[in-house]
Amino acid sequence: MYQYDEYDQQIVDERVAQFRDQTRRYLAGELSEDEYRPLRLMNGLYIQRHAPMLRVSIPYGLLSSTQLRMLAYIADKYDKGYGHFSTRQNIQFNWPRLETVPDILADLASVQMHAIQTSGNCIRNITSDHFAGIAEDELEDPRPYCEIIRQWSTFHPEFSFLPRKFKIAVSGSENDRAAVQIHDIGIYLVRNEEGKTGCKILVGGGLGRTPYLGVCIRDYLEKQHLLSYLEAILRVYNQLGRRDNMHKARIKILVNAIGPEKFTDMVETEWRRIRDTALLLDQVEIDRVKGFFTEPEFDKNAADDATFAKRLVLQKDFKLWVQRNVKAHKAPGYRAVYLSLKHPGVAPGDATGAQMNFIATLADKYGYSEIRVTHDQNLILPHVRQGDLYSLWNALRKEQLATPNIGLLTDMICCPGLDFCNLANAGSIDIAGQINQRFNELDYLHDIGDFQVKMSGCMNACGHHHVGHIGILGVDKKGKEFYQLTLGGSAGNAARLGDRLGPAVAKEEVAETIDRILQVYLEQREGEEQFLETYLRVGLDPFKDRVYAPESEDSTRMKAVAGY
Amino acid sequence: MRVIKNGRILEDGWQRIAEPDPGQPLPEGDLIVPLDYWRNNREPLARHNGRIAVCLNGDDSLDDFSDSLEQFELVALEFPKFTDGRSYSHARLLRDRFGYRGEIRAVGEVLRDQLFFMQRCGLDSYQVREDKDAEDALKGLSDFSVKYQTAADGAPPVYKLRQKQRN
Repeated sequence: MYQYDEYDQQIVDERVAQFRDQTRRYLAGELSEDEYRPLRLMNGLYIQRHAPMLRVSIPYGLLSSTQLRMLAYIADKYDKGYGHFSTRQNIQFNWPRLETVPDILADLASVQMHAIQTSGNCIRNITSDHFAGIAEDELEDPRPYCEIIRQWSTFHPEFSFLPRKFKIAVSGSENDRAAVQIHDIGIYLVRNEEGKTGCKILVGGGLGRTPYLGVCIRDYLEKQHLLSYLEAILRVYNQLGRRDNMHKARIKILVNAIGPEKFTDMVETEWRRIRDTALLLDQVEIDRVKGFFTEPEFDKNAADDATFAKRLVLQKDFKLWVQRNVKAHKAPGYRAVYLSLKHPGVAPGDATGAQMNFIATLADKYGYSEIRVTHDQNLILPHVRQGDLYSLWNALRKEQLATPNIGLLTDMICCPGLDFCNLANAGSIDIAGQINQRFNELDYLHDIGDFQVKMSGCMNACGHHHVGHIGILGVDKKGKEFYQLTLGGSAGNAARLGDRLGPAVAKEEVAETIDRILQVYLEQREGEEQFLETYLRVGLDPFKDRVYAPESEDSTRMKAVAGY
Repeated sequence: MRVIKNGRILEDGWQRIAEPDPGQPLPEGDLIVPLDYWRNNREPLARHNGRIAVCLNGDDSLDDFSDSLEQFELVALEFPKFTDGRSYSHARLLRDRFGYRGEIRAVGEVLRDQLFFMQRCGLDSYQVREDKDAEDALKGLSDFSVKYQTAADGAPPVYKLRQKQRN
């Protein structure tokens, strides 16, 4: 993985000093609340419902065991012993004291980490495929480009005060696992007719109040022009994006207001003027960064192991876990292992300091000291020998990290919701609890198969509800929590925004409503069809009819559910 | 006005007339007037007994104005709010695209923690908000000694330094 040199280190060290002084000035009354706010936000520090929340950047979701241990240390020392992994591959601490944040940043800097630009109206953490570098369907590893963009965007003097936040994702695989199409800029590494790899550029994706999928503004861009092209997009946006209304300030609104064609023209015109300046990436720099993302030295005999196959036959629980939580790896005899952070009874995406330390130890023992954070709020040990899977599984079970539910209904994406967030209208975590309680039969969950529930506590859509197979949006109706459901969303290659099911349902009815939706799916599915395929074939109506069925025997069930 | 320029604090003779009153004559001396006002009053301004500079805000287009640039030894850019970043792009375009070599001054909501960015975008004098300590603001120019990206200040970006180190 990328290692800081003296320059990278100097920048994060100077950032710590700068933020320490900004915080000192604020506490001394030299900076007003209004003046300090944008400064702390650019450093990922929110003032939340109960306490400040600090969001720490995990560039493209890649962590070393040393870094994970530091996150555990911070959780234990400055917080209440846990952290929350977010949908942008970052981690959030919900209980630090403001006065201690400069010290936390100094601790982070000691392991090459920071909280730079994890919030505020600037270019945020660059996200990517959690299987980067190990996926069989990968054209090229996207991480070197993520790192190049990370450096270019860090304290970019022109783009630190944008109209609104700005998110960039890069994917280098055939299958999009990075939700590229819902980013302000989405980049796919693609191959042209001559077999060369370049960038396909999408602009204007984003969820929130007005969800849009990104539109392609360039089919193929030579990689050496990546930074000049990004700079051209950002310059057009910085000048023309709306600043009078924060709900209309994202680039998606600009792109759709002036039209994708005109927007593309403006970008291309600007780009032609700057493409051959110092922004031109030279191959030496690309190669330097690429040199950090090499494979570990794999055991060439890993595939010879015979114990794995035997265990699969002998132990059903183990087999179930392997089927759901263990994924292919391009190296023979290796697998990538999901550590589910969706254990029933735990807020989705949360991990305790003890779990983080435990995972760091396992990563050292079984996985070349590397950990990935996924955008659906789980962790991955990316390189595990098949012969080690059984021992690893046994270890993970002790810390509630082996729930075999990756990709299933209970592997929900979920924002912190009303329990923590200032913006939320409704709780998310207790809905996750309700769903876990209702759907606790593994056989049933496995029968349903791939099924993404994504839940946000408000319109800002941190839980990506628009692109869930079922999306759940918390709304406030006269002081009561209600939930608006959407069906048929997807964040993959065939990205799609979900369709609104109908009126919002009461809090107590969410699990019941999902149950009815699943009944319809199980009745209607043909052959091996997954939920999304069935939905796209049969449409919204059968689901709507079942959920909003008039008074019938169902309604007594509904009341019974409402009563618990 | 009190400004930070060339790394120190000084008083110079420029006065900014943010909203000229059409009924009133302008004061004597060197004046910074809004671009629109200059456009609509070019003749009387040509007879003014002092230097004239213009102040651009984020809505002004540089394309319409670039032909006139050379006659100004100072162009002011307004930062109406700390978080309104349009003038950073204006500064870069003035320097990089239109080759403007005169002084570019930041006016408006100008505070210590923006100065590093402003300097990198090509601004070279800063009218720090009246109620703020200019000595303190001066420190903002040197928050970072390393820069990742190329900008209008000519500072070598990190990747160039790395290349040099290798050679």
